[in-house]
Amino acid sequence: MISNLINRKISTLLKVQYSNMLEYRVEIALWAISGIIPFFMLNIWTTNNLNESINISDVLLSRYFLCAFFVRQFSVVWVVFSFEEDSLMGKVSPYLIQPLNPFFRYFAQHIAEQITRFPFALIIAFFFFIFNPESIWIPNLSTLLLSIVSTFLSFLIQFLIQSIVACLCFWTEKASSIERLLFIPTLFLSGLLAPVVSFPQYVKSWIYMTPFPYLIDFPANLLSGNETNIIGGLSMQILWIILLLPLFKKIWSEGTKKYTAMGS
Amino acid sequence: MVKNIIDVRNLSKSFDISSKEPGLKGTIKHFFRRQTKSLKVIKDISFEIKEGEIVGFLGANGAGKTTILKMLCGLIYPSDGSILVSGYLPFRRKENFLKNITLIMGQKQQLIWDLPPIESFYLNASIYDLDKFEAKKRIKKLSEMLEIDEELFIPVRKLSLGQRMKSELLAALIHEPNILFLDEPTLGLDINAQRNLRKFLQKYNKETNATICLTSHYMKDITSLCKRVICVHEGAISYDGKLDLLLKKLSPVKEILIVCRSEEDAIKLENSGFTVKNKIKNEITLKIENNSITSSLKAILNNFDIEDLFINEPPIDEVIGKVLIKKDYDI
Repeated sequence: MISNLINRKISTLLKVQYSNMLEYRVEIALWAISGIIPFFMLNIWTTNNLNESINISDVLLSRYFLCAFFVRQFSVVWVVFSFEEDSLMGKVSPYLIQPLNPFFRYFAQHIAEQITRFPFALIIAFFFFIFNPESIWIPNLSTLLLSIVSTFLSFLIQFLIQSIVACLCFWTEKASSIERLLFIPTLFLSGLLAPVVSFPQYVKSWIYMTPFPYLIDFPANLLSGNETNIIGGLSMQILWIILLLPLFKKIWSEGTKKYTAMGS
Repeated sequence: MVKNIIDVRNLSKSFDISSKEPGLKGTIKHFFRRQTKSLKVIKDISFEIKEGEIVGFLGANGAGKTTILKMLCGLIYPSDGSILVSGYLPFRRKENFLKNITLIMGQKQQLIWDLPPIESFYLNASIYDLDKFEAKKRIKKLSEMLEIDEELFIPVRKLSLGQRMKSELLAALIHEPNILFLDEPTLGLDINAQRNLRKFLQKYNKETNATICLTSHYMKDITSLCKRVICVHEGAISYDGKLDLLLKKLSPVKEILIVCRSEEDAIKLENSGFTVKNKIKNEITLKIENNSITSSLKAILNNFDIEDLFINEPPIDEVIGKVLIKKDYDI
């Protein structure tokens, strides 16, 4: 009964947000195109033969960056900016007095956006294979399923981190500036610019203790078929979610006490 | 006996406000050392509201009306004192409490801008655990009451302000709340839309016995909806009671313009003991106390040859305006 109610709420939220996202299909296509950083990085790596130093072939490297592109497409999060704007404009107020945490709305928005983004990402991948036909491969079903799970877990970690930062709006009003600080380690340590395996050993041991390599590097390696510790990676992703969720709940409950409902 | 649905005791609210001196020097000083001070915007107020009552909160800008409503609906946390709304502590925002209330803020919207309102209605219906059949029934009923139909299927961004406000109301009432908090609900609406909204609120209150707490700067909203008003002055309650008693107290006399058949009659009336405001030829304006209007008019009509007469009510805005600048009214 309770799960039915929750399912109905979530499915209605998704349907409505999907309809809303379809109103912005051109913007979403442009956002999808703007996520092609991994392809630029692939070009830098291959033209300078940097992959030789880490013993990864051109083909495996190009698959890695294509998978990094896909993982990024389906794990990108912007909740801090939406929440900050809504908070400053007073739009959060009506959501706060509804029997549903407003972050479910943002969550549904992200999922709906990912669904809208999917065909555009496929088109970009199609063109990638036209220019790199040697990279074409079909992952086996279990790898594909595990990669989808891992990408979703990566999205959850990023969503929770940004939601925690977003809640700082209750204290600072401009929480997005704090998010900028997180953007730098996310960019360098997540595997978006370079596979984490290319980092020196002593740096790697530190990086793997942070959530960053589990955001892109781990799911991308998993999907591209590179050697990776699947159980270890998934466990770390789940562990970070278990650590972040109560932190989010605590900061949310303290933050709403500080809410002044400005702008409304 | 009608039970209290809202019970507020010694409620206070303070905000930390940062201040900055003007100019570059002030900006640099502000950058390195923020000066904040605690501002008490609600000061130790107490009141009760009974189930089914419509209560108007009156006060100047910044008096604290909206802050009170925000605390009553659980949007902001009180600094001191206690609030019980329908037996719940509002700021805990328990699901059953939230299903019982709604807050409507003029010009602030919860509808999804790029989609038709109907999508937002179904979304709200699922948030409040209504099944599709029930949601459809309520949307039909409320849209009939609000007289909206085709607008339900037009994207919100293309609706007029009045149509949008009606849709906002429908979205906010789909779960049939028992308590409505309305903050300037008619703000920006034209006269007809304002009147329709007032008619709707009266009907909703009559049909559902909902309690309505309302703030508005349009006195017509207050006079046509509220029997009771709570006047807020600088965060404290300056008057809590019946609106008509307040009006009588603030405006104890009425002005009556009498047109006599001849100037002679006007002179006789001028010297008959009534308080005269002015006299121009055969027209004379008298000031008569509210409690002696009937007897005075009877005497005038019996003893003088009267062609016509007009009773001038003082403009309600003018009368209420006095409340907004005075600290205490003891009726």
